[in-house]
Amino acid sequence: MTESTAQGRVLPVTDLSLVVLVGASGSGKSTFARRHFKPTEVLSSDFCRGLVSDDENDQSATRDAFDVLHHIAGKRLAAGRRTVVDATSVQSEARKQLIDLARQYDVLPIAIVLDVPEEVCAERNAVRTDRADMPRRVIQRHIRELRRSLRHLEREGFRKVHVLRGVEEIENATIRTEKRFNDLTHLTGPFDIIGDIHGCSAELEALLGKLGYVDGVHPEGRTAVFVGDLVDRGPDSPGVLRRVMAMVKSGNALCVPGNHENKFGRHLRGRKVQHTHGLAETIAQMEGESEEFLREVREFIDGLVSHYVLDGGKLVVCHAGLPEKYHGRTSGRVRSHALYGETTGETDEFGLPVRYPWAEDYRGRAAVVYGHTPVPEATWLNNTICLDTGAVFGGKLTALRWPERQLVDVPAERVWYEPVKPLRSEAPGGHDGRPLDLADVHGRRVVETRHAGRVAVREENAAAALEVMSRFAIDPRLLPYLPPTMAPTATSHVDSYLEHPAEAFASYAQDGVERVVCEEKHMGSRAVALVCRDAETARKRFGAGGTSRSSAAGSGGGPTGSLYTRTGRPFFDDQAVTEEILGRLRSAVGEAGLWEALDTDWLLLDAELMPWSLKASGLLRSQYAAVGAASGAVLPAALTALEGAAARGVDVTGLLDRQRERAADAAAFTAAYRRYCWTTEGLDGVRLAPFQILAVQGRSLAGLPHDEQLALLDRLVEHDPTGLLQTTRRLYVDTGDPESVRAGVDWWLEMTGRGGEGMVVKPLGALVRSPEGRLVQPGIKCRGREYLRIIYGPEYTRPDNLARLRQRFLNHKRSLAIREYALGLEALDRLAEGEPLWRVHEAVFGVLALESEPVDPRL
Amino acid sequence: MFLTIGTTGTPERPATDLGFLLHKHPDKAQAFSTSYGTAHVLYPEADEQRCTAALLLEVDAVALVRRGKGKGRGGAPDAALAQYVNDRPYAASSLLAVALSGVFSSAMRGVCRARPELPEQARPLRVEVPALPARGGPELVTRLFEPLGWTVTAERVPLDTAFPEWGDSRYVRLVLEAEALTLAEALRHLYVLLPVLDDAKHYWVAPDEVDKLLRAGEGWLPGHPEQKLITSRYLSRRWSLTRQAMERLELVRLAEADDSEVEEIDNAVEAETEDEEKPTPLAVQRREAILAELRAAGAARVLDLGCGQGQLVQALLKDPAYTEIVGVDVSMRALTIASRRLKLDRMGERQASRVQLVQGSLAYTDRRLKGYDAAVLSEVIEHLDLPRLPALEYAVFGAARPRTVLVTTPNVEYNVRWETLPAGHVRHGDHRFEWTREEFRAWAAAVAARHGYDVEFRPVGPDDPEVGPPTQMAVFTMSTGTDTEKEAKAA
Repeated sequence: MTESTAQGRVLPVTDLSLVVLVGASGSGKSTFARRHFKPTEVLSSDFCRGLVSDDENDQSATRDAFDVLHHIAGKRLAAGRRTVVDATSVQSEARKQLIDLARQYDVLPIAIVLDVPEEVCAERNAVRTDRADMPRRVIQRHIRELRRSLRHLEREGFRKVHVLRGVEEIENATIRTEKRFNDLTHLTGPFDIIGDIHGCSAELEALLGKLGYVDGVHPEGRTAVFVGDLVDRGPDSPGVLRRVMAMVKSGNALCVPGNHENKFGRHLRGRKVQHTHGLAETIAQMEGESEEFLREVREFIDGLVSHYVLDGGKLVVCHAGLPEKYHGRTSGRVRSHALYGETTGETDEFGLPVRYPWAEDYRGRAAVVYGHTPVPEATWLNNTICLDTGAVFGGKLTALRWPERQLVDVPAERVWYEPVKPLRSEAPGGHDGRPLDLADVHGRRVVETRHAGRVAVREENAAAALEVMSRFAIDPRLLPYLPPTMAPTATSHVDSYLEHPAEAFASYAQDGVERVVCEEKHMGSRAVALVCRDAETARKRFGAGGTSRSSAAGSGGGPTGSLYTRTGRPFFDDQAVTEEILGRLRSAVGEAGLWEALDTDWLLLDAELMPWSLKASGLLRSQYAAVGAASGAVLPAALTALEGAAARGVDVTGLLDRQRERAADAAAFTAAYRRYCWTTEGLDGVRLAPFQILAVQGRSLAGLPHDEQLALLDRLVEHDPTGLLQTTRRLYVDTGDPESVRAGVDWWLEMTGRGGEGMVVKPLGALVRSPEGRLVQPGIKCRGREYLRIIYGPEYTRPDNLARLRQRFLNHKRSLAIREYALGLEALDRLAEGEPLWRVHEAVFGVLALESEPVDPRL
Repeated sequence: MFLTIGTTGTPERPATDLGFLLHKHPDKAQAFSTSYGTAHVLYPEADEQRCTAALLLEVDAVALVRRGKGKGRGGAPDAALAQYVNDRPYAASSLLAVALSGVFSSAMRGVCRARPELPEQARPLRVEVPALPARGGPELVTRLFEPLGWTVTAERVPLDTAFPEWGDSRYVRLVLEAEALTLAEALRHLYVLLPVLDDAKHYWVAPDEVDKLLRAGEGWLPGHPEQKLITSRYLSRRWSLTRQAMERLELVRLAEADDSEVEEIDNAVEAETEDEEKPTPLAVQRREAILAELRAAGAARVLDLGCGQGQLVQALLKDPAYTEIVGVDVSMRALTIASRRLKLDRMGERQASRVQLVQGSLAYTDRRLKGYDAAVLSEVIEHLDLPRLPALEYAVFGAARPRTVLVTTPNVEYNVRWETLPAGHVRHGDHRFEWTREEFRAWAAAVAARHGYDVEFRPVGPDDPEVGPPTQMAVFTMSTGTDTEKEAKAA
């Protein structure tokens, strides 16, 4: 088991394992551990004794100390970290607990025994003040127990046992860390993963040909990966074995075992097995084969590893599916799970075991590709896919190209074997995945995003989002995106301005963005519209309007999309009004030829819905108009009083002037909000200004440059005869060209001077990174001077007020904007890739939760 | 932020005595600084016949917002405070009342050192408050001031003349006239009643509010017909302190993000029932009916889904037959109140181990809810938009699958029997729908069939021969026979 070098023995130790040092007190375990392992890998019972009792030698604390040790070891093993236990472990009961722990976390238990003479131990203890008075008999007992244990260690369950005898052997030994057999994370493929073959040799050859293999070799160096069940039932199991074994041997393929190989292997090893489920056919076919071939097959099957972790951990291949906690683990349980899957213990009406729908619960990052359960179509569910499409039952043989995630299949030549029961009509968990689970969103969460890494959501924010999402939002299936918040431009120091576009241009220039688009900011309410070609599309693609699970509450033709606010609430209480708007949008999309141009039958639009008063009327009345009404009522009376006093010769000059300014400011405030209010009647007077197409079938358009976006949207607006849709005015600016920047500033001054809200400056390339690789703000808003009265109050423009307001802090808002942007992008990518609802919802929910973070609401 | 007080006089008792009474000289404009801005006192008119003093408070709106705020985090203690757009600089609110008591403190106490006889004298008085925020409108203003000897003229101020359809604002243009009142009385009326009428969120809560009220109300409050309303509104400020502490700032921000008010979404708990619950007989009957069904079902482990303020949980705790009681609600505020009602933090360990309050949502399946004997959904489903009902159905009947499920909901047919309910109105602002008996039964029967339950219906409250009972209850019991069979058939 061990080899030696000139210096000493080399002990192989698996990278993920529980290493148990066995040795008497004073045998040098701690020194050994320190020399060969990372300090954090080592858990010492003495240290834990100290933790719970302040005394490393307090034997009365032993029980609690081991509780702590086992707990920490458990956490480390669950996280996939090798752990070394530094305790005497000379008693079998103590070791049993550790072996159980290793089994619980499906890692290899490894024993390293330090067998040192009693004298040496005693000498070492004698020089340690804390152990000097340890009775000699304790060491004697340890050594006696150790000797007695030696023969049993492997039987106890240790998968590797290294015994080091004597001080010299211990001193000279070295540790070599070995990877687990299933860890092939360094292989990146590309792979072609092939489903259950069951002796269908002709179909296998046809599929390999279709995938581009020539005699088992792919000219582009791709690797085939077989998910097992090569044999049984079908016409030519030896042929399949010959092909697969040759490819594996030459390094052109990997193979994991199926339950049928396992059983066939036991038969080959002379064990008694029932010749059922198609084994009889294999045995018959093998009769003409040579002894040599039979031996090769036996060795091949014996050498198969239960599952493989590939491509940097992004891909797991096994026969029957594997929950995340077993990925890369090594135990009998993992092997049995990989081969047979989990069953509920029940049997169905055909006498077959009922399988536990593990994929429904799957939340792992790695894609799990497996077979075992015949399904009519291979479909993704929670990042897992079953490739057994029943070739031997007359279905087809399916392969998955990785990382392309593309399916390739060939039909079966005929029904080779009558199935016991008909193929299931749906993949496990149903085609549309399972309903949303609270665990998808609740509590503190971290969402992995492809554009900005991990984004954390705090518990209290998730709690608030849960309230709004549950009580007020629309059906999550029709809510595939929420817009991120947007940061304002850096605070301006231009006289009498709080915000000014010069800062926005400068900031983009600094981020290396040369060309930006300035888009008119419409003052209304943010709206997201999901427009489907028809109710059927909405039902098929988004599962809207009832599924097979729940077709309750008669929904007529069903919705054809949705129109919702930035917290996911419906814009209109009346679904008919929503449908009316969607209808107009749909017909404009059709007339503009965008269905064809974008090759889609749905699209997701980011837009502004006007007037502001339509959605915000409650707020307008209680806050904005109220301020107008109160100021309008009080200021004339106050002015009259002051003028009266002045007429009497009382000196009120300063006060009177200030009140006059006040009255002017209040009037300006009222004028400011009035611009964004008008009366609507049904949809008359309602305007929708789309400014980005976020996603279409199979594609996120978040990275489409804004000039192309606007060209598409102009086409859309042009083809709306109803006056609902409104264009977004724009101006392109080169941030490095002073002339162009000046034109941008003038454009803004002109627009806001006429009462416009302001503009949003965006990088032309939409989804852009800075030279340092940071995600650049997707937009920076520059709000008009008059508009800001609605935000900062009627009198914010007074110099002393401005001076104070300029001390605003933007960093949190900017960070929030980027995090929400990353989550929004993630939602769109997940949507485009057809990921299941919970994955899309996770990101959308994250945006809503972050919106409840404490940040200055006026930014 | 502005009011005037005037009086008329005669050569014997000149109007300008007002200057002595207020301790402010009629020919000067004087300024006093207060914590929220500068208060000015000046006299637009002052002669023998007529003398009027004006109090003008220049509120510093920016200071108001920035007071006590964490750096850069917008961490104002109260969301309303965090608004720069705020009526405080204009409306006659509690800020003005505070300024009044500060600037005219001796006058309010009825002390005049120069002319000790003056404060005792009643005189004709006229008070104008051009923008008085008045919850309750001119009617309440009249009811509050008239019994005190004032002739009241109160006109509503329109919200915005450009948008007449928005209606009136909550401000009233108020003129008070009295033939004979002392100035101290008038000032004390204003000091108490301005904040009472404003009844908005306040910026200061002093621990000695009760004393202040007693002092200012001396001589007039005890006999006032609206004494109860005045006292409770005035002191509600103290309670609102606890309310603010519980206010979910996260929710406030989500409301703001959507240009709406937090009351719109943080409405799971009714403000009125917050402190002293006065259960309507129907609520009691409903609870009795639920308890009876739970007993009949022999349930020991019970889920109260949508437990609100925990009334049912409290009732269940009283019966030791219930060994595990889980209250679930999506509203954190409701859960906080429920926990306070149950005194969870002070409950004995054994009792406490029987009850749990957790945030959850029936829009999602929830593993924690599996395997219970019974679940109660009392007055819950009608708070969901209809399109989201299937998700609740699956979460409860498909995923959690308790043996017994009790669902109660209003019977809309009965609404005609509520005298106070205008025709066509739902019983609660947040009810997204109310069903007839037939609609409820159709839904319940379909749910039962889909998920393998049997269902029966019970009336709650008086069963009117014509329109049925006010509340309808469905009792679902999981059908005998294997669970999976039924599920398979349903699928």
